[in-house]
This record gives sequence, structure tokens and C-alpha cells, in this order.
Amino acid sequence: MHEWALAEAVVSTVSQIAIREGLRRVTEVRLKVGELQQIEIEILRFALSELKRSSLLEEAEFIIETEKAELRCRVCGHKWFFRRNEVDEDVAEAIHFVPEIAHAYIRCPRCGSPDFEVVRGRGVWLESVEGVK
Amino acid sequence: MADPRVSVIEDRLKKVNKVLSVSSGKGGVGKSLIASTLSLALADKGYEVGLFDIDFTNPSTHIILNAESVSPTEENGVIPPRVRGLKYMSIIYYSSGHVSPLRGVDVSNALIELLAITRWGETDFLVIDMPPGIGDAVLDMIRLVKKANFLVVTTPSKLAFETVRKLASLLLEMRIPIIGVIENMKMRESPFIQEQVEKMGLRFLGEIPFDYSLEEAIGDVNKLLKTMFAQKVKELAEKIALQTLGD
Ligand SMILES: Nc1ncnc2c1ncn2[C@@H]1O[C@H](COP(=O)(O)OP(=O)(O)OP(=O)(O)O)[C@@H](O)[C@H]1O
Ligand SMILES: [Mg+2]
Ligand SMILES: [Zn+2]
Repeated sequence: MHEWALAEAVVSTVSQIAIREGLRRVTEVRLKVGELQQIEIEILRFALSELKRSSLLEEAEFIIETEKAELRCRVCGHKWFFRRNEVDEDVAEAIHFVPEIAHAYIRCPRCGSPDFEVVRGRGVWLESVEGVK
Repeated sequence: MADPRVSVIEDRLKKVNKVLSVSSGKGGVGKSLIASTLSLALADKGYEVGLFDIDFTNPSTHIILNAESVSPTEENGVIPPRVRGLKYMSIIYYSSGHVSPLRGVDVSNALIELLAITRWGETDFLVIDMPPGIGDAVLDMIRLVKKANFLVVTTPSKLAFETVRKLASLLLEMRIPIIGVIENMKMRESPFIQEQVEKMGLRFLGEIPFDYSLEEAIGDVNKLLKTMFAQKVKELAEKIALQTLGD
């Protein structure tokens, strides 16, 4: 997902959680970002800092952790990591927008199968939201 | 804890007035041709129309509309390119013709991703070209796109209608709005489908005859719009617009 769209999604989800939990303001948000989607963390941080203005998240600190993208072949069981420098620029770009497109381009390095799963490190996940009531 | 993409989907579709999901329990009944032609017909009436191809393993509307020379632009997400006046989105802009073998969970993820990043903006009708069957795509539409209305396509065949009966019962059970049923590729007079549809309490929208000139028109929108098929779809578009905007 594009970083700005992503930041918007994060702010909107955190706001919903804050309202549901009855938080007056959010102090800390922990995010996990998988490497498959090649999110530019600096752009994401900047977008979050812009979008959180005059919201419940205004004072929130964002703790962003990245996670390696681990793939596992469903045919032969081989596990490997996605590395951006091993695919072409436009393939990396397509995977950035729609990570599942990896199945159109990436094959198991051991048996050549396109039938693999992304075990970890696919997209963006909210780990925790903290705040004061 | 939570997937941030899901909550933004509703926002992305906020300015979309009506979502029309063109679906069928059966494959090859004409969903993609109807979705494409219906979109063009609605746009022709002056509506702002989006067309979203969510048949991720076998997209085909880009071939019907000859939509490969454009591409989405990046701007706080993704803005669909214009194709013959339509806002058009398909996974082909990312898979560029490669086969993308996807399992159910990947299909869902790809749909969530595209729904979360695509900015449709002010739109009167968003037409969705669905893959065949009663599987992930139908369940995801129901789960993720709360304002989806279904437009169900069948052929005169009892076999096609049987799958449509199942799809319609599922939608009825889940209280999802069904605009009506279209009978496509009609070859001879028979009241069978209309009777069955009405017996289920659904609206029979009309029939489209089998049109031998259709295959020739695939990829050539001007030609497509001159077919008898398109003539029929335009009549249906009129009905569908009146019916859904009247709700
Ligand atoms: N009314 C018609 N007259 C003649 N041919 C038709 C008619 N409607 C559809 N077709 C033809 O039937 C074939 C299937 O159409 P289409 O691809 O639109 O079906 P579909 O339901 O989208 O299929 P799938 O389930 O694979 O997505 C195409 O070759 C199309 O040209
Ligand atoms: Mg189709
Ligand atoms: Zn393998």
C-alpha cells in the first residue's frame, strides 16, 4: 500500500479503537511493517505526523518495527526471505502496491513453484494502542 | 491486533453512491461483457461511473475495453485511470499479463489492498466485475463493501440457473440487496428463467439475445456499442439506474 494511504488507514483504525476503548488521547501506537511491501518508513512517519494533527492521536508516539518477509513453499516446504534487490524495479513496485502480485513473479528457489505462502512480513499491522482515559 | 486497511475501505467508498456487483454462480455467462457494457451505458447517460475488475486470476474487462495503454497514478493512494470516460481499475496494472495463481486468502488480501488504496472519488455507480462462483469474492464483497447491490446473470440453461438460485438464496439469507436477474445469451423463446426468478421473489430485469457479432467487437468499444447486445444492455441500464437511484 502506498505510504499515505497506509498512514490514513492507521490513523482511522487507531481513532476507531480509541473511541471504542474510551480513550481521551492516544499516547503510543505500535506498528509492525512487513518487508514484502517495501514501505518507506520515513515517508510513513512523515505522513503519520501530518495526519495525526488535531485528532485523538495528536500526541501519540509511533513505534514502528519492521519484519523480514519470510516465504514458504507449499509444495516442497522450502523457506526463504524476500529480498528487494533480487527482483526487477517494476516488479518491486507492483508488489509494493499489491503484495499478492508476488505470486506472478516469484518462484520457489528450490522447486520453482509459485504456490508459496507469506509466513511473516506481508503488510502493516497494529500491535498495540495505548492512551489515557 | 488490527488490520488498518479494513477500516479505511468504507472511507474510500464514501462518495460512491451505488455499488453494482455483476455476479453469477456460473462461469462464462457474460458477466464481464455485461459489466463493461453496462458501465459504458451508464456513463453515456451522464453518470460518473467506475468499473472495478475483481476477477484477479482471470481478469478480462481490460481486453473488452482495450485498457492496457493507461495506468493508475499515485496520489495519496492510487487514482484509477480513465478508460472511455470510466474510472477503471484492474489488477492487470500490477500483474501485467503474468499469470497470478492465488489461493483464497491471497485473493482476499489483494481485494482488501486494492479497496484500501483506490480513490474512486465522487462516483454515481461503481460496477464490479466479479469472478464466477459463490466463494471468496462474494463473501468478501458482503463483508467489506457494505453497500454492495448484486446484479445476477444467468443463461437460459437450467444448469446456470441452478447456480444462480444458490447464489440468490445466499444473498437473500444474508439480506443483501439483489437488483435483479438478467437472462443472457437467449436463443429461443422460453418463459422458464423469468418464472423461476419471479417464484423466488426476485425481479427479472430482462433478457439479452445471443449476439453473433459480439466476439468481433471485443477490444473495440465503438463496435461494441453498436451491437444488438449493447442495445439491450442500454435498456437494462436505464431500468437499473431508475430502480437503484429510486431506492
Ligand atoms: N449475449 C451474448 N451473445 C453472444 N456471446 C456472448 C453473449 N454474452 C457473452 N458472450 C460471450 O460469452 C463469452 C463469455 O463472456 P464473459 O467473459 O463476459 O463471461 P463471464 O461470465 O465474465 O465469464 P467468467 O465467469 O469466466 O468471468 C465471451 O466469449 C462473450 O463474447
Ligand atoms: Mg468474467
Ligand atoms: Zn518449493
